[in-house]
Amino acid sequence: MLNRLTKLFENNRENLLTVYFTAGYPKLDDTETIICSLAESGANIIEIGIPYSDPLADGPVIQESGMAAIDNGMTLQVLFNQLTDIRTKTQVPLILMGYFNQLLQYGVDKFLDECVKTGIDGLIIPDLPLMEYEQFYKDKLTQRNISISFLITPQTEESRIHKVDALSTGFIYVVSDSSITGMKTGISNQQISYFERIKSLQLRTPQLIGFGISDRESYLTASKYANGAIIGSAFIKHLKDKNEVDNATADFINLILKP
Amino acid sequence: MIQLSENGYYGSFGGAYIPEMLYPNVKELQENYLSMIYADDFQREFYYLLKDYVGRPTPLYLAENLSAKHNVTIYLKREDLCHTGAHKINNTIGQILLAKKLNKKRIIAETGAGQHGVATATVCARMGLECIIYMGAVDIKRQAPNVARMKMLGATVISATSGSQTLKDATNEAIRDWINNPVDTHYIIGSVVGPHPYPDLVARFQSVISEEMKNQLLEATGRENPDLIIACVGGGSNAAGAYYHYLNDLDVRLIAVEAAGEGVYSGKSAATSILGTEGIIHGSRTLLMQTTDGQIVEPHSISAGLDYPGIGPLHAHLITTGRAEAVSVTDENALKAAFELSRIEGIIPALETAHAIHALEDISFKSSDVIVINLSGRGDKDLNTYMEYLDKY
Ligand SMILES: Cc1ncc(COP(=O)(O)O)c(C=O)c1O
Repeated sequence: MLNRLTKLFENNRENLLTVYFTAGYPKLDDTETIICSLAESGANIIEIGIPYSDPLADGPVIQESGMAAIDNGMTLQVLFNQLTDIRTKTQVPLILMGYFNQLLQYGVDKFLDECVKTGIDGLIIPDLPLMEYEQFYKDKLTQRNISISFLITPQTEESRIHKVDALSTGFIYVVSDSSITGMKTGISNQQISYFERIKSLQLRTPQLIGFGISDRESYLTASKYANGAIIGSAFIKHLKDKNEVDNATADFINLILKP
Repeated sequence: MIQLSENGYYGSFGGAYIPEMLYPNVKELQENYLSMIYADDFQREFYYLLKDYVGRPTPLYLAENLSAKHNVTIYLKREDLCHTGAHKINNTIGQILLAKKLNKKRIIAETGAGQHGVATATVCARMGLECIIYMGAVDIKRQAPNVARMKMLGATVISATSGSQTLKDATNEAIRDWINNPVDTHYIIGSVVGPHPYPDLVARFQSVISEEMKNQLLEATGRENPDLIIACVGGGSNAAGAYYHYLNDLDVRLIAVEAAGEGVYSGKSAATSILGTEGIIHGSRTLLMQTTDGQIVEPHSISAGLDYPGIGPLHAHLITTGRAEAVSVTDENALKAAFELSRIEGIIPALETAHAIHALEDISFKSSDVIVINLSGRGDKDLNTYMEYLDKY
């Protein structure tokens, strides 16, 4: 059975633009506005970050947006409440990104049921071990038709890449460089050869390249070696201090998509 | 039997909940640490350095005045007499040798009280490795002497300015550094926390404390086992070392002393075993202070080394199964105990250690009992804080 995410990959495998934003930032109630504006401007997939106090894989930009969002009153329950009617507004594939502790405290089953109710298509949980997923959660996600994406990095061994390929059901998140989010911009030759190596493996699961993708140039370069690219910190930086988030969002996406 | 499972769990606590970026480094450690640290040449060098460089074995000192005051027999395990002034160096000696075996060129560490930072900077100087220490901005202020020592030893001290700007945040920054430098860097974690195998690795290096205690108690009392062992718990490394060879000796009561801060329920506390619930912190499933939404709560303790919202998974297991008894001591009572030990035994303890001393007032025991308190560190680093209270105590 397809969900909106897997259906997208059935029909379109080129230059897919995924944009990450932190729920509750810059203002608590911006969630729906940002999602709709991203979708209307042409983003193909939207990754909603659940703000976390201690995001180990994230750099200062996402950390600060997360702290601001928590201060604004964002919680997982508030987020699900905000998403109640989102499927009457847009059919863009939606992914939730959060740390495993947040799911554990909310209750994994309850979390997954809320995902189904609100129309979430996929998950990224960077600190959920593959083995634990396979043993305890794989069936629960499959039953509910929720996709999951695991990460690979330049240091991931080939045998493990194949394991990630076997277990990922949305796309593989190809981390572009050995770093936390938002640290580097631009793409080096060394990164290109890593992208080529991954491409040559001809993996079953589609791949999106993220971390360090910040503008039209890096988005287009990354998209040559994968099915598309993910932009996070650059978008959050752009939203900072913006009052009209719908216009700000549209402006940002236009800069990425329009030559 | 208290035993670590193959995947790094004590009961339901432990494991390795890490982003993929850390996986190769953590897996390398998981696969190699036991064979590397128990190799003959490693053990020889480890024990040689503990003896001639650190000054081990540390004395087990019969504290007659403290014993008389509490009408019981009290021994102090003098980890404060280790080179650099705390137990932390037992672990850093072991880990620097491991880093060399793994061919790492760059060392990172987090520190709260600065004792682990100093102990790491020390072994890096000795072994000629680059050393970067992450320390919360608040701790840099309250433990200034240790910051100066790290710098004198050639380390770079980086201020962690996120969150509560204490040990938790320094640990976050160290982990992020490791993500950014995955090939040449070894992360020397300072306590029995973090993803598997760190809690076990650090406990094994610190276990020299209880290894010596067994011999020393046998000589002093004719028995290897005391009736109680008391240790303070930040992450829990000095406690793990003091308990290690007694974990399965059920006649020995294990007392874990946490920081109550301004009072357990004051909102300014670090009493994790009471205030904590099961979750994940720094890659380990354990007890931690968090909101119902899973956001980690900022703790408080007057002592930087206990100002941490989690405890190591071994301690979570020991406390939830009843093998260890948790006690919590307030800032004020820790200060009181620090002055008392100074005045009656001539030993100025670290603020962390002072919590363990005060626990004598908070637990019950028989006058025939033999108690060992792990005197985890000396108080030189805390003199600024102590001087503020000189008139009061
Ligand atoms: C003297 C001393 N004791 C205790 C601690 C707490 O750490 P742990 O619980 O790992 O022994 C510290 C930490 O900085 C310390 O410096």
